[in-house]
Amino acid sequence: MKGVRHYPGFLAMTLACLLVLYAPLAVVAVYSFNGSTSITQWGGFSLRWYGDVFTGPEAGRFGQAAWNSLTIALIASTTAAAIATAAALAMIRGGAFHGRQASFALINLPLMVPEIVIAVSTLIFFSTVGLTTGYLTILLAHITFCIPFAYLPIAARLEGIEGTYEQAARDLYATRAQAFRLILLPLMMPGVVSGWLLAFIISLDDFIITNFVKGAGMETLPTAIFGSVKQGIKPNIMAISTLMLGVSVLFVTAAYLVNRKGQKIP
Amino acid sequence: MTAAVEIRRAVKRYGSVTALHRVDLSIADNEFFTLLGPSGCGKTTLLRMIAGFEDVTEGEIRLFGDDIARLEPNHRPVNTVFQHYALFPHMSVIDNVAFGLKMKGVDAATRRDRAGRMLEMVHLSAFADRSPAQLSGGQQQRVALARALAPDPKVLLLDEPLSALDLKLRQAMRVELKQLQEDTGITFIFVTHDQEEALTMSDRIAVMSEGRVQQVGTARDIYEAPVNRFVADFIGETNLLEVEVEAVAGGVATVALPGGHRLTCPSATSATGRHHLSIRPERLTLSQDADLTATVERVVYLGTDLQVIARLDGGTPFTLRLQNAARVAAPEPGARVGLHLEEGAARLLAD
Amino acid sequence: MAGPGPSRGPADAAYAGLVRPLLLPTWVVIGILMVVPVALMAVYSFLTKEFRGGVEWDFTLAAYDQFFVTRGLFGDEPAQIEWTYITIFARSIWQAALATGLCLLIGFPTAWFIATRPARTRGVWLFLITIPYWVNLLIRTVSLKFLIRETGPLNESLMAIGLIDSPLPLVNTNLAVQLGLFYSYLPFMVLPIYAAVERYNFALSEAAADLYASRWATLREIVLPVVRPGIVAGMILVFVPSLGAFLAPDLLGGAKTFMIGSLIDEQFKGSQGNWPFGAAVSMILMSMVMVVLLAYARAQGRAGR
Repeated sequence: MKGVRHYPGFLAMTLACLLVLYAPLAVVAVYSFNGSTSITQWGGFSLRWYGDVFTGPEAGRFGQAAWNSLTIALIASTTAAAIATAAALAMIRGGAFHGRQASFALINLPLMVPEIVIAVSTLIFFSTVGLTTGYLTILLAHITFCIPFAYLPIAARLEGIEGTYEQAARDLYATRAQAFRLILLPLMMPGVVSGWLLAFIISLDDFIITNFVKGAGMETLPTAIFGSVKQGIKPNIMAISTLMLGVSVLFVTAAYLVNRKGQKIP
Repeated sequence: MTAAVEIRRAVKRYGSVTALHRVDLSIADNEFFTLLGPSGCGKTTLLRMIAGFEDVTEGEIRLFGDDIARLEPNHRPVNTVFQHYALFPHMSVIDNVAFGLKMKGVDAATRRDRAGRMLEMVHLSAFADRSPAQLSGGQQQRVALARALAPDPKVLLLDEPLSALDLKLRQAMRVELKQLQEDTGITFIFVTHDQEEALTMSDRIAVMSEGRVQQVGTARDIYEAPVNRFVADFIGETNLLEVEVEAVAGGVATVALPGGHRLTCPSATSATGRHHLSIRPERLTLSQDADLTATVERVVYLGTDLQVIARLDGGTPFTLRLQNAARVAAPEPGARVGLHLEEGAARLLAD
Repeated sequence: MAGPGPSRGPADAAYAGLVRPLLLPTWVVIGILMVVPVALMAVYSFLTKEFRGGVEWDFTLAAYDQFFVTRGLFGDEPAQIEWTYITIFARSIWQAALATGLCLLIGFPTAWFIATRPARTRGVWLFLITIPYWVNLLIRTVSLKFLIRETGPLNESLMAIGLIDSPLPLVNTNLAVQLGLFYSYLPFMVLPIYAAVERYNFALSEAAADLYASRWATLREIVLPVVRPGIVAGMILVFVPSLGAFLAPDLLGGAKTFMIGSLIDEQFKGSQGNWPFGAAVSMILMSMVMVVLLAYARAQGRAGR
């Protein structure tokens, strides 16, 4: 008797699922340590392609692209998290009001519209208003589509915080500002941090929209990698990919830990 | 003497829904006052209006003479013990207790000292540096009390504070709360739907229903002399009989009971005509000298009592409780019995 | 997409009034950078193409005409249905539907398996499924291409163990694109189903078993209907991005596997671009997605009542 939770074969399916998800990443990670210049032949363990990433002929191009990616992700995620925090306060603490449903739809609009359509419409917009595509247009586009990703965990967190905490603070002689700063903000912080982290990864990850609005000569890491793999996959791409993989894992782990720690609201 | 809290013609409306209809209440200094009623009766709304979490649509709320109805909650010298305590989860127990003092601008040393004494008072000194999540329900409840009392409020509001505790703890806390109120001399306004809680702790009780105060009085007043059907029915067990009032004089009415009997009883009304009569089931004895006659349908054994379910002549169902004493013989189902009403057993209601 | 969730907290009107204006930045940013652009795109789809890649402000139905109608190579034959683009759409829909089905086939057992682990290990399993979701999609797609290419590790190892004699020509096929879509969006299927199964009351399965239902009858009659909202959410989350996918078809496919994403992309590249046509194709894609989402929202609304 195995109980109603057990279905034969489901473990195998799960392992298959994980294999499909991890095999390509694992293979690339392994080959990034290949000492050979050929991507097919295994030439022994070596860190030469990691060295190549930082000092090789393409180091300048990728370095600049990485710098663009990081600064855009940093500014976009911070701005989006601030906008999303404000929006969550209004949505969750603003009572029932006219336009609440519409506001919710608006916040989630970037999740509804296919990415390629966002890319097209944003390019058309910038071109019509005469904004030259480049760093600024990438940044503006990123802030926009990062808002719903930042909003989700922040709003979920805020929904879990009873209004009585603020009332208790007010009852104990705190002003509205003090109740916000000393009680609500610390309580919603785990949500804000994970919202920020998610927005950061999403911004770092984006290729399609960036590719449309970046303009000539401006590259982020994904567009630079895309341009490079169009000529064929080279070993230094695998090293860069493995590094980015590491950064993503680091961020997701951080978000996971922050959320778990912050879960406890009695 | 000025009342601690004086509520005058207070009205609360949410859009077209009226939650409170012109409530007038006067709560004395140093009183343990309870707002009692079923859920949705407006008791919590009234408490939250005193605390300042709900606007007052119309009327006044005076605290020792000053109208506070339009003050922000942080400008009102009243504190609340919340239903689920609302202890700040990111602060230690002692920081929770000291929060109000900090907001009032009390210096760090004084507030640490005062918060420490409050924790001593609720026997939780050993837990000062714990986080609220590490405490049991009963301990959290005491922290909430200490936190609300630390700033020395003029009135303490308690919103069903015992409802989240288990029965044993609830009973112990009743005694402790009453003791605390007497020791501190602070006016307590206590909200509950539990009549036993209300009857055991309160100096006075306001019974509320459908946004109105139905009756205000001591536990004895509202039990023995309910003014209307709601109060008679909500507090304890009662038999409600529809009767014809023949005459009322000097607060005493003569009524005709179903089955032809007549009796005189205290009355909450001066009108004649059809009214309701409340008869407490434990205020009756089996007797030849009968005010009422009934047929026994079923006898339920309850340990200390016997509950007799009967039907009056004329067909009205009727319940009585007999003490389970050796000298009382339990009636058999089917038996016709005479019922004698003790002094004060029956009361004529206003509706 | 679920509703905005409850509004909770201090019910007092003054507080609510104070925080409501905090929606202003959202309205300004998403309004200007998303709503206005989409509206503008709708306008562009009715404009006239300029040769250098751009538009002239002359309103015309040319873009939609180009999509649906052909009049021969020189435009002098009777109007007929143009199948080129409809075929690309049909292929995209087919590929997205297939990816959705495949993801469901693997994703449901996975989600079920994870949700029935003890609380202690469940977090770890879930974490393992989540990580690839956050890894850069481009990198994942490139990795897959590296793995399955003609001289890649997959073919090499299959040949080494003697399963095949010559490398399988996987890259540039519909199969490769399918694999890419499946691989890209699999976590989107697992997560919502997991959330639904986690809330599932297993006493229902026990009741079914008690009433003589076999394991698989229980799955079919009880489990699937009860966790259906999670399954539908997962299907939408896979179908919608698959439909407009760009990276998987572009990197793993070839000319014969052309999908909507690449078609749109092409219209905005260099001087051969056709912005009005690209906008029109985007409009058609967006309309299809909106129909799916609205149908979903209506079904959700019905289920909620």
